[in-house]
Amino acid sequence: MLRGKAFKFGDGISTDHIIPGRHAHLRSNLPELAKHVLEDADPTFVSRVKEGDFIVAGNNFGLGSSREHAPLVIKMAGVSAILAKSVARIFFRNAINLGLPVLICDTDGINDGDELEVDLSAGIVKDVTSGQKLTFGKIPQVMLRILDEGGLIPYIKKHGDFKL
Amino acid sequence: MGKTLAEKILSARSGNNARAGDIVIAQVDLVFVQDTTGPLTVRQFQKSGLKKLAKPERTAVFIDHAVPSPTHTLSNDHLVLRRFAGETGAMLSDVGEGVCHQLVAESLARPGDVIVASDSHTVTAGGLGAFATGMGSSDVAVAMGLGKTWFRVPESIRITVAGKFQKGVSAKDLILHLIGRLGADGATYKALEFGGDSIKEISMSQRFTIANMAVEAGAKAGVFPADELTRDYLSEQGRGTDYQPVFPDADAVYEQTMQIDLNNLEPTVAKPHTVDNVALARELKGTKIQQVFIGTCTNGRLDDLEIAAEILKGKKRYSGTRLIVAPASRQVLMASLEKGYLQTLIAAGATVLPPGCGPCLGLHQGALGDEEACLSTSNRNFKGRMGNPRGFVYLGSPATAAATALAGEITDPREVM
Ligand code: SF4
Repeated sequence: MLRGKAFKFGDGISTDHIIPGRHAHLRSNLPELAKHVLEDADPTFVSRVKEGDFIVAGNNFGLGSSREHAPLVIKMAGVSAILAKSVARIFFRNAINLGLPVLICDTDGINDGDELEVDLSAGIVKDVTSGQKLTFGKIPQVMLRILDEGGLIPYIKKHGDFKL
Repeated sequence: MGKTLAEKILSARSGNNARAGDIVIAQVDLVFVQDTTGPLTVRQFQKSGLKKLAKPERTAVFIDHAVPSPTHTLSNDHLVLRRFAGETGAMLSDVGEGVCHQLVAESLARPGDVIVASDSHTVTAGGLGAFATGMGSSDVAVAMGLGKTWFRVPESIRITVAGKFQKGVSAKDLILHLIGRLGADGATYKALEFGGDSIKEISMSQRFTIANMAVEAGAKAGVFPADELTRDYLSEQGRGTDYQPVFPDADAVYEQTMQIDLNNLEPTVAKPHTVDNVALARELKGTKIQQVFIGTCTNGRLDDLEIAAEILKGKKRYSGTRLIVAPASRQVLMASLEKGYLQTLIAAGATVLPPGCGPCLGLHQGALGDEEACLSTSNRNFKGRMGNPRGFVYLGSPATAAATALAGEITDPREVM
């Protein structure tokens, strides 16, 4: 069971919002890079987010660049899962590859600051603040296996190859 | 039941009867990284336990995004990449050679190839009839070591083109128009497949522009058939033997079909801060622009510099509007010198940067000041993209960019041609 607070974002949060190109010189210094996570969408995010919290977004979260640094700095900030109405393809795959769950559900009813509980295996999000319960779409089997191993690199380290 | 281009290529490379929705493991013919995502790829590769590259001769490392390096930290990242290439036998393309996607188009991509790389604009090679897509560092690290990766075979949207581009209108206008219709997530997980009677009206350079921006509609790939134009292009590049015809089946099944009549297209611009926020250039007349940038993997090729030079020949840029030009590759740089395009642009007041990404991703050079606006021939205008979240980026064709540099405000190029 994952537990934490919702940080609400709108539609079309791009990888440039998450970690802009102007910080590319910090990409081999991840702790420094992570200080800038989402700063162009909400400059206060990084100082307020706590271990276990959730990003709750609208449509097409993570569109744009293939930079895996985007889900990486989100994970480093302590975020335990991303809930969105829809997510861009490369970002989705990158997040799962890093062991960061991305859950597709109707996020309209969740408000900024709500306390959430997520049961990954049951596929249920409970908004403790409002009492509302949501179900989220199934993660494809192949990605679930990668997620179960904690990401693609641990998966390959263990299996040496794709076992689909 | 016939197959789409994506299904055909993924069937051939997976040895399965690949149909939209299937998960397949496909052989990868070319895999590459660039300097902002490459160091993480190298670290993931080292962590994965994979020891060697599956195909060193078909693995490439490009140093193109931060060139020449603006900071010592990026210089150190470049060192990591040079060392990795040296140790593994991967090809190395160093400072000054050009943008990875342009070099892949010129020298490496082949019709029918499956190509993955840690850059979202890897889709560019779809212009040559390859199935090419961007992935993150972990996926690319694994593809380097195993020589294969998994794919969900995408549904395809067929884009049928008819008619002829009118004066002042080009591929950039087509793709901006299409993204405006589809929306920034209108093709998520899908392939855009281009075809129709007028596909031969779209030159190879223009096909690269269009395929390049398929990802701005969320697409996994943007694919063109490999026809006579493809064959001629490969021969001109001295690699005629890389050609093989690649066409979809006549009875292929598409999720959706859309028509574009080239005759009806007009110069089109994407407004800040999303690529699907499109308008016609003429509707934006009066929008003041402080910087014009011509270059990138989208529109930094010879024909792009040619049209800009044609418009700016014997004229001067507007005094309050900076003009920056970055040829996409050394080949483009040399050819545009030979043809005199660069001389014309410099005489018109342009600042020329070395081949590479230049100001495109806001990493160095050409960063915008607060409240400044840039008209760029690149592919993204997200908030913060050109180095400043308080800047504004408009996207347009090289013709629109040149006309805008003359007037100091967004201008329909047909007014000055
Ligand atoms: S030119 Fe721009 S879009 Fe193309 S690879 Fe470079 S940074 Fe990316």
